[in-house]
Amino acid sequence: MDFLSDHQPEMLPGKRQLPPTQGAIEAPHGTTIVAVTFPGGVVLAGDRRATMGNVIAQRDIEKVFPADEYSAVGIAGTAGLAVEMVKLFQLELEHFEKVEGAQLSLEGKANRLSTMIRSNLGMAMQGLAVVPLFAGFDVDRGKGRIFSYDVTGGRSEEQGYAATGSGSIFARGAMKKLYRRDLTEADATTLVIQALYDAADDDSATGGPDVARRIYPIVTVITEDGFRRLTDEEGAEIARSILERRLEQPDGPRAALL
Amino acid sequence: MSTPFYVSPQQAMADRAEYARKGIARGRSLVVLQYADGIVFVGENPSRALHKFSEIYDRIGFAAAGKYNEYENLRIGGVRYADMRGYTYDRADVTARGLANVYAQTLGTIFSSAAEKPYEVELVVAEVGETPDGDQIYRLPHDGSIVDEHGSVAVGGNAEQISSYLDQRHQDGFSLAEALKLAVQALSRDTNGTEREIPAERLEVAVLDRTRPQKRKFKRIVGRQLGRLLEADGATTEAESAAEEE
Repeated sequence: MDFLSDHQPEMLPGKRQLPPTQGAIEAPHGTTIVAVTFPGGVVLAGDRRATMGNVIAQRDIEKVFPADEYSAVGIAGTAGLAVEMVKLFQLELEHFEKVEGAQLSLEGKANRLSTMIRSNLGMAMQGLAVVPLFAGFDVDRGKGRIFSYDVTGGRSEEQGYAATGSGSIFARGAMKKLYRRDLTEADATTLVIQALYDAADDDSATGGPDVARRIYPIVTVITEDGFRRLTDEEGAEIARSILERRLEQPDGPRAALL
Repeated sequence: MSTPFYVSPQQAMADRAEYARKGIARGRSLVVLQYADGIVFVGENPSRALHKFSEIYDRIGFAAAGKYNEYENLRIGGVRYADMRGYTYDRADVTARGLANVYAQTLGTIFSSAAEKPYEVELVVAEVGETPDGDQIYRLPHDGSIVDEHGSVAVGGNAEQISSYLDQRHQDGFSLAEALKLAVQALSRDTNGTEREIPAERLEVAVLDRTRPQKRKFKRIVGRQLGRLLEADGATTEAESAAEEE
């Protein structure tokens, strides 16, 4: 030992230089958040799993939050930072509304979220990223709208449906085949749970419905009547009817070829 | 400020108090009443953009009489204080008592020393509790004192007259329609005792309603809902208007 420390200290176990780790920027964030518009509103839903590497850190984490009466945010990324950001975002919207006596426009809210994500870029580059999906009911235009973001805060409005997170690719594939412009609210809530199911099927960092523990995806609906979160019973009912059919057809509803 | 003559501090303070009181008395009155489901704010306000009553926090409302730009400053400061406190600690840690203390300090400082002139404002800060016993109403006159009020309070304009009118007639457990009716009657009485008609368009009405399912209990009552409550015959239509509210 002593000989080694005199002549080649870098060979000692504790002193070996580790190669610089690639930031978790490369690794997509363990989550799936999906959003779907329908005539009269928008649905935003998220799964319940939090992972730390290969370990499931939490089975029932909440990733979808109301921002204010007419909008909601779903977050992929570092849980602690994301929740803090959502709290700050909620505070900002409420503060503006009380001081001005009027709500921010939906664009204004989307913009503010953009700035918040941008200011997190430093930490994101160290692996602590937060990537949201923002959905809201635009009272001026009378319809639901979805905004997706990248890690620099770059915002883009999505038409019809959108997804973010590690399972988003699979969720998007499912929604591509199931989405229609004339969905009812009930259709839309079923659609998002189907998409989340397919995401959980192929992505280990996304959790599917846990029937035994009664932990279901969080599904929120925003219409002109405001924000509403489906109760556990409502979510359970949709999940159960999907699961029943999946027992017959594990890959889900079949789309026509032409 | 150059003072060629000596003015005793008592005289200076008395002058400032007189100045502020006169300013507040020139404005329009407002009343704050407790009713069965919470606290109602009623005032004559022809403007639809400038409000006398505002939301501060979940269960806390703000009302002011006097100079608009001065109490607007205080209102915004109050919202900032409440939001900061709620964010730093927890929403439950924001109380009307804490807020009233902050306002009292601010007004006291302005009145006694700092400013060229005292603020011509009189504030009411109210918090609705889970039960009527938990309701709190604080009145803050221009000089930074705090008065704990119960049942009913009037500020601005001919506040003393309106206060005594309310004291004689207010009861606990009024419905919203009854409280509103009493408030409008009290406000309609002119200084020489005659009554005038205040139409619904010239009324500003807001409530802190403990029965609201949302966390934020403050709500403005406008338009058809206000019209219905004003026409209501007390008890009977209260239930209908409450049902149609949500």
